[in-house]
Amino acid sequence: MTRLTRAPAATVVLALLALPALLPIAATVLAWSSPETGIWAHQLEYVLPRVALNTLLLVFWVGLGSLLLGAGLGWLVAFHDFPGRGLFSWALLLPLAVPGYVLAVVAAGTLDYAGPVQSWLRAVGDLDLQRLQVRSLGGAALVLILTLYPYVYLLARVAFEGASRTMLEVAMTLGEDRRGHFRRVVLPMARPALAAGVALVCMETVADFGVVAAFNVDTLTTAIYRTWYGLFSLQAALQLAGLLVVVVMATAWLERRSRGREAYAATRPERERLPRRRLRGARAWAAMLAALMVLGLAFLLPVLQLSAWAWQHAADLDARYLDFALRSLGVAGSGALLVVAAALLHGYALARAGHAVARGLGRLATLGYALPGAVLAVGVFAPLNALGGLLQGTLVIMFIAYLARFLAVAAGPVEGGLARIHGGLDEAAATLGSSGPARLRRVHLPLLKGSLLVAAILVFVDLMKELPITLMTRPFGFETLSVRIFEMAAEGEWTRAALPAVMIVLVGLLPVYLLSRRMDHVA
Amino acid sequence: MNPAGALARVALLLTLVAAPALSADPLVVYSARNEQLIKPLFDRYTRETGIEVRFTTADAAVLIERIAAEGRNSPADILMTVDAGELWRATERGLLRPLQSRVLADNIPAHLRDPEGRWFGLSMRARTLAYDPRKVDAASLSTYEALAEPRWKGKLCLRTSKKVYNQSLVAMLIAQQGEARTEQVVRGWIANLAAPVFANDTQLLEAIAAGQCEVGIVNTYYLGRILKDRPEFPVKLYWANQGSGGVHVNISGAGVVTTSRQPAAAQRFLEWLSAGEAQRFFAAVNAEYPANPAVGLDPLVAGWGTFESSQINLGKAGTLQPQAVRLMDRAGYR
Amino acid sequence: MWLEVAGATRHFDGRAALDGLDFGLAEGEIGCLLGPSGCGKTTTLRCIAGLETLDQGRILCRDELLSGPGMHRPAHRRGIGLVFQDHALFPHLSALGNVEFGLSQLPPAERRRRASELLERVGLADRLDAFPGQLSGGQQQRVALARALAPSPSLLLMDEPFANLDVALRERLVGELGALLRRTGTTALVVTHEQQDAFTLADRIGLMREGRLEQWATPYDLYHRPASRFAAEFIGRASFIPACCNGSGELQSELGPLREDSHATHCSGPVDVLLRPDDVVHDDDSPLKARIVERSFRGADFLYTLELSSGRRVLSIVPSHHDHRVGEAIGIRLDTDHVITFPAAG
Repeated sequence: MTRLTRAPAATVVLALLALPALLPIAATVLAWSSPETGIWAHQLEYVLPRVALNTLLLVFWVGLGSLLLGAGLGWLVAFHDFPGRGLFSWALLLPLAVPGYVLAVVAAGTLDYAGPVQSWLRAVGDLDLQRLQVRSLGGAALVLILTLYPYVYLLARVAFEGASRTMLEVAMTLGEDRRGHFRRVVLPMARPALAAGVALVCMETVADFGVVAAFNVDTLTTAIYRTWYGLFSLQAALQLAGLLVVVVMATAWLERRSRGREAYAATRPERERLPRRRLRGARAWAAMLAALMVLGLAFLLPVLQLSAWAWQHAADLDARYLDFALRSLGVAGSGALLVVAAALLHGYALARAGHAVARGLGRLATLGYALPGAVLAVGVFAPLNALGGLLQGTLVIMFIAYLARFLAVAAGPVEGGLARIHGGLDEAAATLGSSGPARLRRVHLPLLKGSLLVAAILVFVDLMKELPITLMTRPFGFETLSVRIFEMAAEGEWTRAALPAVMIVLVGLLPVYLLSRRMDHVA
Repeated sequence: MNPAGALARVALLLTLVAAPALSADPLVVYSARNEQLIKPLFDRYTRETGIEVRFTTADAAVLIERIAAEGRNSPADILMTVDAGELWRATERGLLRPLQSRVLADNIPAHLRDPEGRWFGLSMRARTLAYDPRKVDAASLSTYEALAEPRWKGKLCLRTSKKVYNQSLVAMLIAQQGEARTEQVVRGWIANLAAPVFANDTQLLEAIAAGQCEVGIVNTYYLGRILKDRPEFPVKLYWANQGSGGVHVNISGAGVVTTSRQPAAAQRFLEWLSAGEAQRFFAAVNAEYPANPAVGLDPLVAGWGTFESSQINLGKAGTLQPQAVRLMDRAGYR
Repeated sequence: MWLEVAGATRHFDGRAALDGLDFGLAEGEIGCLLGPSGCGKTTTLRCIAGLETLDQGRILCRDELLSGPGMHRPAHRRGIGLVFQDHALFPHLSALGNVEFGLSQLPPAERRRRASELLERVGLADRLDAFPGQLSGGQQQRVALARALAPSPSLLLMDEPFANLDVALRERLVGELGALLRRTGTTALVVTHEQQDAFTLADRIGLMREGRLEQWATPYDLYHRPASRFAAEFIGRASFIPACCNGSGELQSELGPLREDSHATHCSGPVDVLLRPDDVVHDDDSPLKARIVERSFRGADFLYTLELSSGRRVLSIVPSHHDHRVGEAIGIRLDTDHVITFPAAG
């Protein structure tokens, strides 16, 4: 009965939430109504096989790499105690604040043949490392892993910290030691969270343009831009993007299917957490060094290099930068709230939605993340402008496009959090007389707090770094730090772009720190 | 986490941004040329005329789609790009209107503007050879095509073919020498590469300086920028194809948008940019060459000497660009 | 002894959770630990399972030292099964997967065979592929039992296995569990707070109080020969009436003379005599009368609270066809097999 009355409302909500993402996806589908046969013959022969292989390899390596790195660090921090653990537990999130394209440029600038590292090696040790090519698929994969692993790390840490002492004890009485417990209980139970993290990483990798462009690695996304910018065919570019969407949809579907019924496995909120194991001696040092090395490569050294570059152009720093920073903060902050609120709505609607159409809509709503930013921006911008100039000069289109792109980022953690709320809890709250909004506030929000914070952090830092949508849909004079990077970088003045880049990192740092500290209390 | 507060914040932002400007009829420029290269000039125009100039920046292809999507509601008066191909593309979409301007016709040489007056070059960007004088005798250099010869094997550096500068260079080679010969040349280049192609000209110049390669093809202003910081930078320019077609030039240029509500004011602004101090600054700020030959050069740029440039109309760069891109795909130029 | 616990002591934050515990189980025996909450029942199980260490004392199973001074064999190498209070099934595994968990040393086919056999034995043959979230409480409990039994543990420990189950289901499961344990010859130690479960299941019951064993005895002895007033009051319903010993095994009480147990040491002076409800028999012919002040109908019988002429109250179980109203006076007499006395309460 309730299901019948609830389902239509849920479907409507899902349809509304899917609309922003549907606009560009529809554009990629509609583009196929008149295939650019000339361009396609060319693409099929000279472009697609190569870029498809590159994309697959890149997604594979980045997915695998961030899974290992993110889950490994999550395991280290969640289950062990070593010097600096408290610091690392949030500091390992900091690479999130470094835009991938920035890290790529820093890596290319410092590690390439002409960079200081190789120059020094040649000067000192007569070492010619021509062979060791940074600007390659491997280099791009490394940079993407270093910037994207925090997605997996964050979700893995939360999942691991939810591991209960009882489960360990059960496993022990069944003959498994801690290692066996981790392998056979913790990991499988964390699998949905890990999968969600890796899915985000893969989608971001597919959509990435900044890193692969800096390293000149040709992927489907660069092919899309080349078709649009170089061959002057947005039509064919959209068709390529449509192909991308299909691949991503199929992958997401397969992943979901492989998880199958495990999704039903709801656990009660845990009472007793697993105690951390104190590492001593060499192990403690090794743990600390491992964490420090990742943090150093992904954050400390790049930020140091950026700061050095920024120092060279310190003259650029003027009062306007305060505006840029505040605007970036404002956009990212309000955008994160909007997207997280939408994700909450999305999660509830998805849980209530009865039939397959509604669920399909719900999944579509999160596909925008895999679309290259500029394609998505055009896909949202063009149809909304058909409404007339109504929205001109406002931030409405920008926020709608943000929603289309970043709903996926927030939906993962929120859905995971909702799944952990036992159905019985709902009923208990209903019998206690709180229902609807009151139930949300008094029962669900406290339980969801951790997941919502995770979602908010992820969207926030993503929005701080976001470029193509902001660039296209912003009103006049609306400059953010990332727009500033574009202004400097578009003409190759990378060292001058360091100043806004450092500021993005700094401005993004504080919220990441505050939110993750709070999460420690909540989770 | 207070949703009501968040909404209020969004609403506040929206109204702040949507608030109408005080000055009447500002000019609106959609620019692919970066803020720091245009804003000083725009401010100056406002000081001189009282007309406010608003702008937004993005990639040209994105700006074109934006104008097209906005249709008759587009606030854009002027589209400014850093490449002729994009302007040609905008005319193909019917987004630029023809201007009847004596001033522009006089100031800008014919090959640097649309024959129908829909766009005009405002500065000229020369793409020529850069070499390491410690290893290369200038006498051994001659043309773009010559870099395809086996003697440069393992010595050539190129920027990615994704950059429009290389696409228009190859387009112009096709215009001069035909597709078959050009493909041969590009294949030769690729065979000679010393390192994977670079993401930008600055990296390429650094690679020459570091000894990774001996010669490359760059836009001159990238070297200009480096030289302003490091006068001792050990890379020199060579003017290619002197006596055989001339140095490949592109433009940073602009046109008036078809749907502009004040085309006359927009035209006056372009005319102002095409001459005098404005024209000198437009080029000098980025070590480019003024499109107006009557305007003086930046001293650093002047130091590189004079050269014969290609006289083919730059509209060709647009028409041939897709062909050039496909050719580079075929030749394995990434 | 199959299981031997000797002098087991365990402190938490300076407080003794276990305080010199001594008991043992013979092979195939089922023991139950009873006691008020916080008395150390669960800690005892956890120490035996190896999830907690001992501060003093020893635990041996099949003459192998598991916990002792300076040694502690970790839980995963003890071969002792434990069924947790809330079943604690792995939510990511099906019923079958849960039961197979402890069988990883077997080849997959064998593993599957054994697990399905066990699930069949607990009556879940048709729910092999169900996930915990899809199982009822009773079904989860059975999966948990099957899971603990699967690796053929030398000892099975169960912590409140029937908590949170409704009465009817619990009674059935207790019966099934007893049958199953006896059929498999499993030595087991069960923690419960339901004496009825303990009586049904156990060969021996340990009554615990504040970390100590008050009594370790058969259910019959625990009921009829409680070692302390606490034991007498905790197990079953009890009432006390004062009596006077004459030192030769005769006792005088307001309900008449009583004969002390032959093997009890004779008391002297004033004592309290333990009366179980079944010790006080309804007899219309008896001259002794008592007034009914409370009655509770329990189906087969009534439990009457009777007030004696002295104002003291005793309990009596009366077959349910003797339907009397509150306020009525009925004839009663004593029918005691064992007279248990405690020093008179002040």
